Amino acid sequence: MGLRTPLSAARGLGSAKEGVDHWWKQRLTAIALVPLLLWFGFSVALLGTADYYTVVGWLAHPVNAGLMILVLAVGIWHGVLGLQVVIEDYIATEWKKIMVLLLVQFAAVILALAGILAVLRIALGV
Amino acid sequence: MAGRAKPLSPHLQIYRLPLNAILSITHRITGVILALGAVVVVAMLVAAASGSQAFGAMYALGANWLGQIVLFGFTLALYYHMSAGVRHLFWDAGYGYELETARRSSQAIIAVAVVLTLATWAVAYSVSGG
Repeated sequence: MGLRTPLSAARGLGSAKEGVDHWWKQRLTAIALVPLLLWFGFSVALLGTADYYTVVGWLAHPVNAGLMILVLAVGIWHGVLGLQVVIEDYIATEWKKIMVLLLVQFAAVILALAGILAVLRIALGV
Repeated sequence: MAGRAKPLSPHLQIYRLPLNAILSITHRITGVILALGAVVVVAMLVAAASGSQAFGAMYALGANWLGQIVLFGFTLALYYHMSAGVRHLFWDAGYGYELETARRSSQAIIAVAVVLTLATWAVAYSVSGG
């Protein structure tokens, strides 16, 4: 502790350089999701009422498995960034906000892991 | 402290939202809906990885009329959020802020979302023969 004001301590250090991190990643994932989700939507539509073996066989193809993993990873990442903004906007109480943010982030990791492991299990046939 | 009712400025419940404002809140709502949609997608994938019985159970949920309506709603939310999101990218780049341009892009967003949704379901129903 000194007599210097917080301003004088911060002066000259510049910004934290992380100000656009959230914004930038939200846009980056958004751009990636446009082709990924068009592929996803029309692929699921093309499967239509396909039976179990057709669906699993389709998902086992490396290209489909790879794109599906990207849909899950990028999509859930984008979702967490988006939900974070909604939570920060509507929950004013600090501890509640942090609790809900933690819950969403933990749930998102579990969801992404479960989805990716499911795809890998089908693709690798284990 | 029973005073006179304070004058109120127009608020959300009596103020008629302009088209762009409706699209804005819809973008947020569809985003939250799609987060729930991600749970459904993972549930489907986990069911497919668990075997034909689990897959059959999930399939039956989506195949009845209620499941079809929910899936249709997710499709519309997806394409809406996507096309409104693309406009956000244009806005981020500094384009399309004129009132008339914004009004027309709003209409385009609705049109693109509806067309992509109908196209997806047309494909789904044509490959599965009704």
